[in-house]
Amino acid sequence: MNSVLIAMLSLGATAALLALILFFVSKKFVVIGDERQVDVQALLPGINCGACGFAGCGGFASALLKAADKGDLADLRCPPGGQPVMDGIGAYFGLQTSSAEKVIAVLRCGGSCQASSTKVHYQGPVSCTVSHGLFAGEGGCSFGCLGQGDCVDVCKFDALSMNAKTGLPEIDAQKCTGCGACLKVCPRTLFFLRGLGKRERRVWINCSSTEKGALARKNCDKACIGCAKCVKVCEGIVGAISLVNNLAQLDPDKCIACGKCVPVCPTAAIMTSFELVKSKLNSIDALVTEVQA
Amino acid sequence: MKSMTFSKGGMHPHDHKLTADRPIENMILPATVWIPLIQHIGSPAQVLVKEGDLVKVGTLIAKGQGMISAPVHSSVSGTVIKVDTVLDAGGFRKPAVLIKRDGDNWEEGIVRNFDLVKSIDYSPDQITDKINDGGLVGKGGATFPTRVKYLVPPGRSVDTLLINGVECEPYLTSDHRLMLERPEEVVLGSNLLRFTLGVKLAIIGVEENKADAIKILRQTIDAMGLSPPKGFLQAHMKAKAGPSDNPSRAGYIAVIALKVKYPQGAEKQLIEAILGREVPSGKLPLDVGVIVNNVATAHSAYKIVQKHKPMVERIVTVTGDGIARPGNYKIRIGMLVREVLQELGFVPSSNTKVILGGPMMGKTLTSLDVPVTKGCSGILVLQGEQHSRQAVGACIRCASCVSVCPMGLEPYLLEKLVGLGRLEEAEKHAIRDCVECGSCSYVCPAKRGILDYIRLGKAQLMRVKRS
Repeated sequence: MNSVLIAMLSLGATAALLALILFFVSKKFVVIGDERQVDVQALLPGINCGACGFAGCGGFASALLKAADKGDLADLRCPPGGQPVMDGIGAYFGLQTSSAEKVIAVLRCGGSCQASSTKVHYQGPVSCTVSHGLFAGEGGCSFGCLGQGDCVDVCKFDALSMNAKTGLPEIDAQKCTGCGACLKVCPRTLFFLRGLGKRERRVWINCSSTEKGALARKNCDKACIGCAKCVKVCEGIVGAISLVNNLAQLDPDKCIACGKCVPVCPTAAIMTSFELVKSKLNSIDALVTEVQA
Repeated sequence: MKSMTFSKGGMHPHDHKLTADRPIENMILPATVWIPLIQHIGSPAQVLVKEGDLVKVGTLIAKGQGMISAPVHSSVSGTVIKVDTVLDAGGFRKPAVLIKRDGDNWEEGIVRNFDLVKSIDYSPDQITDKINDGGLVGKGGATFPTRVKYLVPPGRSVDTLLINGVECEPYLTSDHRLMLERPEEVVLGSNLLRFTLGVKLAIIGVEENKADAIKILRQTIDAMGLSPPKGFLQAHMKAKAGPSDNPSRAGYIAVIALKVKYPQGAEKQLIEAILGREVPSGKLPLDVGVIVNNVATAHSAYKIVQKHKPMVERIVTVTGDGIARPGNYKIRIGMLVREVLQELGFVPSSNTKVILGGPMMGKTLTSLDVPVTKGCSGILVLQGEQHSRQAVGACIRCASCVSVCPMGLEPYLLEKLVGLGRLEEAEKHAIRDCVECGSCSYVCPAKRGILDYIRLGKAQLMRVKRS
């Protein structure tokens, strides 16, 4: 009994002594940080996605403080937070923040299991970066999606999912914040960021193959074959499409999402975010004349 | 005497040398050939022909450009159809020349008989130039332009030439057959390269499972009077690396039997096995005074220098259970794998894997329309369960991979680090020293694709370094 008492007392005394030392040290050597750091960080989404280019929300908050001291916040932006968060930060510092249109990621490959039939079976590790180093892809296209889902794994917002039927990733436009993580992880850079578009109407070329038409078509039914039909159609309207290396390129800034290029594509390689109604193509003519005027 | 081998790691996969007793045969001449402009490590060759040009066997069709490059010659006589692209093993398109064959006319000056030319009538510089003009690249598989190895920078010295006759890859027998059937040419080629370097000794390393080749090579060397005097070899092998003082450029050739162990054919392992010299991390064989060439490369060097015959064909082991007539065939460069296999009674099925090279380090084909190149030592056809990967389990830290790694690395750790994207740490753990022999993936009881990740990590590190 006695030994228990001794142990309790001696340990208790040591604990009390150490507590005193710690208390003293914490008071004496306290580091006074910037209180604004906590406030600013509270304004941020707190998901540490790194899309701003800094190490997590803490890093971004410090960068904001530094920039605010210089009086210029224009270069900094929180892509997932978007305008509301940036407005909140602007109000906190009383400074103007950058205002950019909301962007979302778009996939430029239509090489689904149906369009690009399997020619070889892959058995290696489930990773796009690994399989990209090994071969062109199960469908044979060396530009297309490898379908191992690196982008799905990296997305922090649950905006990407693998469609089991097509074998391609799908982007949920509602959830995508345009952080750009999928752009960086895709070994074939199939994603690109573009504006949400007026009334969320977007048109894009759904292929990245720069192979000659016949070869591209051999690997995939939905490949852009570089026939330039869309280029010609668009020339008379806004000239948003150009042909570079056998591949049509669409400039989202010029595109008015009229949808006229969609029906002329022989391989259906042009995608729209909206339903294309044939009867409405006439009313598009009105839109076109309006734009030209 | 205990047989010699390298000290760290290694193992012995079942060797499946099905074609070891099949003599070298000539493959039929292809109707068309696709000759890739990149058949070597380094910058692509610059094409010299255009559509409609007439070429003969041995006509230069592309010249090397840059420091590390090699010229390319036509392997058939006929007409250039077009300069376009052809698939490589992985299914990526690479520039190539399509030639339609018409007869079999060789360029003038190429000697096609088997008469031995023993005297060396060229200076070392002339020989390296000739080797370069003949388009010689390492035929063991790495396809490093041979001339570059022989440009020894001033201040460095070489004292030994190693000729690699190990052929430790399972299934492959092309080097074995070459040593058996053309021992004189192999020895003369080795002597030629030894002369070029000016070293006193060239050692041909052969594994013990090729006892017949060892015997015949030794007999040939004796008959030619090239065997070293008693005690010379032992003294040389014990000696430290140093400059070779040999103004007369005379010297000897020895054959050393090595214990059967994979990957003994890797440069650094072979040097350690024979000379006991360890190549330091990040250094070249040159740093320990050694140059290593494959036996097939030595043989081609002889053909190029003494017979003026550029690299237009090579011996390829076509083997595996999916082939009716496996064997060792002399195939013109640029012939499509599909044609080779059709000729040999290959029955395609949906569950076939065709590998260019050996099963350990070869590359799986994604299409059969891929041409045979200078570095292609084998075409291996595996069926069904022989090739399918099993389900991957979790790493249980059994350290099997650590114990077989010939470079003394920790493969399981490198795999993990690369998978997590921690490249800097992987670099600290010497990921660049990996020779990609695949022993770790082979022994892994959890069937993890360890080498896939290590290779990825190396490629990503390269990209980071370049940018």
